Order: sequence, then structure tokens, then C-alpha cells
Amino acid sequence: MNAAHRTAEQIGRTDRGPRELPSLSEQRAAAELNYVDTVLANGLRVLAVRLATVPMVELRLRIPFAGTGQGYAARAEVLANTALTGTAKRDRIAVDTDLALIGGELDTRVDPERLRFSGSSLSSGLRTLLDVLGDALVSASYAEDEVERERDRLVERLAVARSQPSVIAREALQRRRYGDHPYTKEIPHAEDVAEVTAEQVRELHKNSVVPRGSVLILVGDIDPERAVAEVGDVLGAWTADRSAPELPVLADVVGGDLQLVHRPDAVQSQLRLSARAVGRTDPNYPALQLANLAYGGYFSSRLVENIREDKGYTYHARSALEFNPFGASLLVEADTASEVTAAALLEMRYEFGRLGLVPPSESEVDDVRQYAIGALLTSTANQPGLASQLDALTAVGLDPEWLRAHPGRLAEVTTEQVAEAAREFFAPRRFTGVIVGDADLLWDALDSLGGAQLP
Amino acid sequence: MAAPELHKLTLDNGLRVVLAPDPTSPVVGVSVHYDVGFRSEPEGRTGFAHLFEHLMFQGSESLEKLAHFRHVQSSGGMFNGSTHPDYTDYYEVLPAAGLERALFLEADRMRAPRLTEENLANQIDVVKEEIRLNVLNRPYGGFPWIYLPQVLYQTFPNAHNGYGDFTDLEKATVDDCAAFFDTFYAPANAVLTVAGDITVDGARTLIEKHFGDVPARSAPARKDFSEPAPQRELRQVHPDPHAPLPAFAVGYRMPDPVNDVDSYLGYLVLAGLLTEGDGSRLQQRLLHREPLATEVTAGAGLFGPFEARDPDTFSITVVHAPGVSTDHLLGVVDAELAAIAETPPDEQELAKVTARWAASLHREHDRVMSRTLGLGSFELLYADAGLIYELPERISATTPAQVAAAAKALRPDSRAVLTVEPGAGDAGQED
Repeated sequence: MNAAHRTAEQIGRTDRGPRELPSLSEQRAAAELNYVDTVLANGLRVLAVRLATVPMVELRLRIPFAGTGQGYAARAEVLANTALTGTAKRDRIAVDTDLALIGGELDTRVDPERLRFSGSSLSSGLRTLLDVLGDALVSASYAEDEVERERDRLVERLAVARSQPSVIAREALQRRRYGDHPYTKEIPHAEDVAEVTAEQVRELHKNSVVPRGSVLILVGDIDPERAVAEVGDVLGAWTADRSAPELPVLADVVGGDLQLVHRPDAVQSQLRLSARAVGRTDPNYPALQLANLAYGGYFSSRLVENIREDKGYTYHARSALEFNPFGASLLVEADTASEVTAAALLEMRYEFGRLGLVPPSESEVDDVRQYAIGALLTSTANQPGLASQLDALTAVGLDPEWLRAHPGRLAEVTTEQVAEAAREFFAPRRFTGVIVGDADLLWDALDSLGGAQLP
Repeated sequence: MAAPELHKLTLDNGLRVVLAPDPTSPVVGVSVHYDVGFRSEPEGRTGFAHLFEHLMFQGSESLEKLAHFRHVQSSGGMFNGSTHPDYTDYYEVLPAAGLERALFLEADRMRAPRLTEENLANQIDVVKEEIRLNVLNRPYGGFPWIYLPQVLYQTFPNAHNGYGDFTDLEKATVDDCAAFFDTFYAPANAVLTVAGDITVDGARTLIEKHFGDVPARSAPARKDFSEPAPQRELRQVHPDPHAPLPAFAVGYRMPDPVNDVDSYLGYLVLAGLLTEGDGSRLQQRLLHREPLATEVTAGAGLFGPFEARDPDTFSITVVHAPGVSTDHLLGVVDAELAAIAETPPDEQELAKVTARWAASLHREHDRVMSRTLGLGSFELLYADAGLIYELPERISATTPAQVAAAAKALRPDSRAVLTVEPGAGDAGQED
């Protein structure tokens, strides 16, 4: 390195001195969306949007996929892992080959709410992409050997997943706030997976992989009219006499003590706090969205500036809204070294209280408003981002017009409305949650702080 | 891919600039790539390049601590930085109205960052939390990127842990920071990239205004990190108390990514052939025909391709069932490589890999952030931002013989094998 370097003081100043921050220039709005939003004869809603940034197309298919009872989550997970392993026309390798030759990918994931096919290809390959998808929807074969192999692999992958502290924390939080509701069964139990048979998976596919209630989104370098016609051609044969199964109503999150989950020898703890919130269809949503950003929803928030940039307790702290079919919940999370876990919790709670008592100022609200509007613009300026946004909106019955109008809604929120949302949704007593970590190191401090309980 | 319009210029202080106007986008991306990564950090200061990256966000002459984040975000934008083996990048993506602000913020910290005791101490704590989160407290943390180079390479720059040891991080001083900045953060050692909703003339004027008076300093002579390839198979065991399943990574040396691009691309295509998709050779063999493994991946570069100069690493990682030996699985890998070396793949098998590559490059181009960073890193490493748009064609031109040659060069007697030994079962406990 440079032996004759300047000192830090010399580096940090110039003769001219500090300069003034330039102002923002004029922003032009995002282009109007060119789209077709329609429901096919088989009950499938299709939303096709032209965004010709690159010669690609993004695909999202969401099928409501709720179920109850012992082993449901395991059968659903095995289905998701084998839906693309062979059909009446294609074996596993043919599926992969046909997709690869159009630069395509197609994945299947399931959670307690829905089954989702998600993929992309060169836009010139749209017909093939739809054909592979339709083939799986209508005639996925779930061959015995494929199901057995994926099932065994899944058991191993579950063991890997459950060794992740973030997954341990997630499972504990779901139990803590929603009890035994099917919504909590995000990751099946290995012993249930081990018992799933190909016959059960075929039965589940027949009953639940259905078009009515499902939504297909295409975003890309496409002609929306023609794309919808192609979907009609290719997926018209996908029919069923029933609708896709929706989740039973989820109770609101109720405040309470944090549950300590013991993870021996952990060097870091996971703090996960949650409270009831409202979703995008609620009139209070824009104000809540801004209050959440001010609390911990972006880097320049009170929480991050406090526990990361001031105190160095954490690398990762954030607050976010988690949406479900009935509304939303607030999720506040941080990972902290064991010795500062209780202190970090104290600050998280302090900031809850402060958000209501010393609500975001006019300039704080302006900052989060600009951030929310800009982030929406940026995240919907590319095909995968727009497809994912539309996927989330259509899940609660909204359409692209909501997206177009949202900057206007954010612009109208007043400082007083943000303060009201802060008082209502961030009251400390409304939160429950979990702490995962080494209880031997954590308990004394947590006990003296109060509001936490041993396993 | 049709190459979009690219403009390049160099300021008097040596700062190289790439402009990529795109009238279809309402947003802009701004990035600065500095030609220094963790391979350049001094011995006894492991992790310093990354720690210093954190400090570059902590204020500069015109900006108090926290101001950088606030100005970007209150302009509707996002930001980040990341440290790589051979470069460190910083970026903002924001609505186009914020272009001048982003340029101002980058110029201010290129000219006069505030390097203080207080910020250094705070960011050492933050970086330690980052390492606990990503390495120490999770299964397979740092596998294989931290541990494999320690086996494959002999010299400090290539072998050491780029995240850093806590003891080294704690020793870092403000004077180290000043020396590092003066040596490596000269404008002549950096590339500024601006992409998205800009005009060339407008952007050039703003760049001159904000970066033009950053004083010139000479760029350091670039160090040669080359070292001989191993002359035998090198092995090491890495105990991982959190890991539930055994795993291993094999590391090989590969052609010079910058001076021998076409050979390098042969390895890239080989990686796709081995592990990309259900029909790939190793997925077929290890996940389906003889289901011994849970995951298998292969790739050029431990952080992805085109991220480093020579020497770069080709790796294959396998997570597998207990009771299956590393040697058995290595035998399978070697047999598959030998098969490709002997019978070059047919055109269709190559076409699958090259079409997926073309598609993934389109997707990267679609996101302004990855487009901006891609152009910047190609300009920095290859002195050719436009190469990124030639890649689909260059990859498509890869011949079966090139891929066979790459497979043949991945020899058992010149590689590193890192085995993960799962811990004593305290991980994965539910309550």
C-alpha cells in the first residue's frame, strides 16, 4: 500500500469545503400498461401484459391450494416437487429439454395458501412454455419411481432446511401467532413426507389442481391479445367442475409474551415479533405502509438507524408487511449476537412506543412516501418484478389499475394519518413473537426485561 | 442480443465512464467499481476490503453519517455495495429524477470520505454480525467460498478468508483505512457506469460537474496473483457443527477469464452440461439414476462467472446422504467428466445450455441494477463493457471439442477437495 498516504483528516476535507445536495429533476411517469385481463371458459383468470424491455416472457400461475388434515402439507409438497417430472407426452428429460431449448425455466412451489408455477422463456418460445405447463396441468403422471425418489430427496432437504436458524424461527413464530391453523404448515414433517404415495399425489392433483379460482399472469415482449388467445388454445383442455380450495379464515394475531426457543450453542439469536395489520384492500393500508417504512421498512428507518448504525447490534433488521388472503400482519425481525439480544429487544420495543408517541414528522413522512413511490416504479420496471407485483395483487382480487393508482394514494396520505396508523398498529402490547437462541445465555437478561417466557 | 447504445469516455483525472442510455426505462442505475477486492488486502488484515466497503457508506465531506442512505432512499432509490475478489462495487438505482443526486453522492465519497474511529468501531460490530449471520451461525456457512480456496491455493491473496477473521477485523485502524483509500480509491482506479433514462450529453455534463474536480492520483500497479496449479489432489476436512448432511466441494483451476475468454466459456458451458436442469449429466446420475445426492451444482467462479481475473476457480459441490463416501461420489464425477472428454456432447445438448445462457443474460439486462453492475464489471475487468452483449453469441459458438477439452482438463491429480463433516446433531432441534 501507499506508505506516504494522507491522514484520515486530510482525506476527509477539501479546500472548497462541503457542497450542497442537488435537487431532484422532473420525473416522468411509468408508461401506461398495455394488458388484457380476462376469464377463460374453464374459469382461469388470465392477465397478459406487454412490457417489451427484453425479448423474454415471465409466467406466474397461482392455484389456491389450501387443505387440512394430517399429512396434507406433505402430499402438497411432494406434488410440487414432482409435477414437472413427467406427463403423458413427456418424460422428465423431455420436459427439461423442451424448456432449455427456448431458454426456459419452470418451477413449482407450494405454501399453505397456493400452488405456484413460476417461470420464463425467450418470448419466441411462449407457445412451448405454455405447452409444457398445460401438459403438466392436464396429464402430470406422478410415476411411482419419480415420486419415491423425490420424496426421499425431500426428506433430506427438509433436514437441511430445519437446521437453518431462520427456518427454526419461522416455524416457531407461525405456531406462536396462529396456533395449529393450516396456514402455519409451511414445511411438512419428514415422517409425513416419507408416507406419501404416488396414488395420493395423483388424487390431490385431480381434486385441487384446477383452473377455477386460479390466475395466470404473463408479462413480457408479447402481444396481450394474441397471448391470451394462445393460452385459450393450449390451456382450454384444463377443466374441472370444482373451484380451487381456499384457506379457512385466519384469526388475527393477538399480542402476548415472546416465546424463547432454545438452540444450544447458538452464537446469534433470531428475534421475530408480529402484530395484526391490514392488507392492500383496506383504506388504512397506504398510511400503514408509510408508518411501517418509517419504523423499520427501509434502511433509513428508526429501527435500522438505532440498532445497526448507532449501536452495532445487528447486520440485518427490518420490518415488513406479510400478506395473507384475509389481511396482513406486521413482521419485525433482527438477528443479533447473544450478548446484545435483550438490549436489541429493548430498543425494538422502545421504537414501537416512540412511533406512536413521537410520530413520524412531516419530513420523515415525505421521505418514506418518496421511497415507496420510487421503489414501486423501480420494482415494476422489469418483467419479473412486474409479474410478481401483479401476482400479489390478483391474489386479493386487485388488478393493474390498483398499481397505476397507488402512487396517487401514497401522495394523499397525511402526516396525521401516518401518526394514527403508528399508534394503532405499532402499540407495543399488540405484538407477540419468538426469540431463538441459546437460552442459557439469554434468559437472565430477558427475564429481567419481562414479556418473555421460557419454552 | 442487439447491443444497446454504449458510450465511453475518460475524465482528465483518469475516471473511466460508461454510459448506456435506455429511453424505455423510467429509472437510472449509477455504479462505481473500484479496482480492488479482497485479494488485494494486506496480510494480517483479512476482511479489510469488505470492512472498508462498509465505511464508504458512513459519510463524506458533504454528508453526515446516515445521510447517504437517507438521500438515496428519499429520492425513491435503493443502494448497496459488495466486495469481490478483484473489485468492489457501489450502486444506486432510482427514478431518473434522482440522477444528479446519485452522481453527487458517489463523487463526494470518491473525493473525501469521513474515516472516523467511531464509524470504524460501529462497522466492525456490524460486519461481525454479518459474519455470524452468514457463516458462523448457519449450516454450510461460507461453504465453499471461504474454505475451498484455502485448500486449492497456496498464496495469501488467493487462499485467505475474504470475510476476515474477527481478530484481524478488530485490529483495523483509521490509519489503515486512510492508506487503503489513498492507494486504491483513486479515480484512475475506478469505472463509473450510468444506465437507463439518460441522454448522453446530459449525463456527461453532470458527470464532469461532480467528478471533474476529484483530484487525480495515480492508480496502483496491478499485482499479479498467479500461482502454479496444484500438482496433486489436495484434501481438507471442514467440521460444521450446524450441518445436517455431509457435503464436499471440488475446486479446479481454469483458464484465464480475461485473456482466454473462449476457453473460459468452454468451462462455463461444461458447468451447465453437468448440473443445469433435470437432464444435465450429474443431476441425472446423482439425483435420479443412482440417487445418492441431495443437491449438486457446478460453476465457474465461486461467486459466479466474470467476477475475477486469473486465477479463477471451477467448482463442483455435492450435498449427499450420510453413509455415501466422498470417494465414491468423486469417482462418479470423474467418470462423467471422462465420458464427456472422450465423446464430446452433441449439438442439441450444447444448444440447451447456450439458450439458457442467452435467456439469463436477457434477464440480467432487464433489471437496471444488474445491467449497470454488469457493464461496470466488464469495463473494469475486460476494458470492454460491450463484451456483455457479445456473450450470447460467443457462448453459442462454443464447440463440442472445447467442452470436451475443458472436461479433460479437470484432472483428479490437480484439484482440491473440501469435505464438510456434519456436527454432533445440536442443529435442527425444534424446541
